[in-house]
Amino acid sequence: MRYSERELLSLSRQPAEKAAEILMRAPKKGSVLKKRLVKLVVNFLFYFRTDEAEPIGALLLEHCKINKEEENVFSISFIEEPDRKYSFECDTEAQCQEWIEALRRASYEFMRRSLIFYRNEIQKMTGKDPLEQYGISEEARFQLGTRKL
Amino acid sequence: MKLNERSVAHYATCDSPADHAGFLHKRVERHHHHHHHHHTTSYHRRWFILKGNLLFYFEDRESRDPLGLVVLEGCTVELCEAAEEFAFAIRFDDAGAKAYVLVADCQTAMEGWVKVLSRASFDYMRLVVRELEKQLEDVRKSLAACHKSPRKSSSGRKRHFSNPAMALVQEQPPILENGYSTWGSGYIPAGASCSDHDGGCSKPPPLPPRRRLAAGSGCGAPATGLSLTGQESPVSPETACFSKLHNWYGQEIAEIRREWLESQRSGEL
Repeated sequence: MRYSERELLSLSRQPAEKAAEILMRAPKKGSVLKKRLVKLVVNFLFYFRTDEAEPIGALLLEHCKINKEEENVFSISFIEEPDRKYSFECDTEAQCQEWIEALRRASYEFMRRSLIFYRNEIQKMTGKDPLEQYGISEEARFQLGTRKL
Repeated sequence: MKLNERSVAHYATCDSPADHAGFLHKRVERHHHHHHHHHTTSYHRRWFILKGNLLFYFEDRESRDPLGLVVLEGCTVELCEAAEEFAFAIRFDDAGAKAYVLVADCQTAMEGWVKVLSRASFDYMRLVVRELEKQLEDVRKSLAACHKSPRKSSSGRKRHFSNPAMALVQEQPPILENGYSTWGSGYIPAGASCSDHDGGCSKPPPLPPRRRLAAGSGCGAPATGLSLTGQESPVSPETACFSKLHNWYGQEIAEIRREWLESQRSGEL
């Protein structure tokens, strides 16, 4: 699948939601924990060697599951391969929990669900669609219930 | 740069609904040509699917895997000065990132694409979410103000709906995935493994943290700086299960709304 490294690179330079040096292990068997600079930007998690300016890699955080593992450790797995886990070992349990919360909210799909929830609530309480004033009520992106194209 | 391509391709092709889809002609970059002095441009007809802030393209509509992906962040979409009618371009703020020139089949299709692509960024979605979040707070405040009978103190009322998004996270049973939801707002994808959401919580989730109303923070998530400590329960301590709390508040809100509508009808306030 073709993708632009340049697009990803410039995204990785945007202000991060969260960034920290964390020990990371790839899903491959026999992988070891390596210290990485891990940076969350929109729905991508970039990881860098600690002394480098360009990321080694990126994880798109859609249809993924953030799992709490043992103490200080969380993992990211993807729906189609739930046993294949990227592991992250934090310095403290508090840091671990912060990352889990941040990563669970990081997907575009999560935001979409929040928006649909708020829209629905406001509509129920006021009888009005709050998106009408922005002229976007008909957009597929914001539809309540099952969306069809 | 590595990317979790298999997962990305899966996201592109799975049943989750697309925000937009259709055929477009994609301009082929010039250096792919072997005509030295000819500047004839050529196009490939591709099937495009927009999901969130990602634009995927496929060789054709039945293709199993995407040919490519465009990350729609830090870009603008504009009509294009091209020989072709119905052409538009995706250009990046980063001048080094290559632009895409796309051609639609007709004016309506072109306008449709330009509109959805312009609003595809993560930041745009986040803006709208925050705006609605604020509106919901305002609505609840004004409903509470209309509420006449001195039932319970309103101090505890705000907290739980202040970040339903966060509450939803707490509500998810262990196997619910980030990106899948079965609480009724969206689709249920084929083969989703979440099965026991309807049975309520398997264990009582922690109470949703208080959301801090950060003013104008740049790209912070709505729930920046949350802490899970020191939360007073707005209801009795036994009601730790979110679905119970949700129903409880739901009843109260329904009641408030009923009273409010009645007062509106009777011309009071």
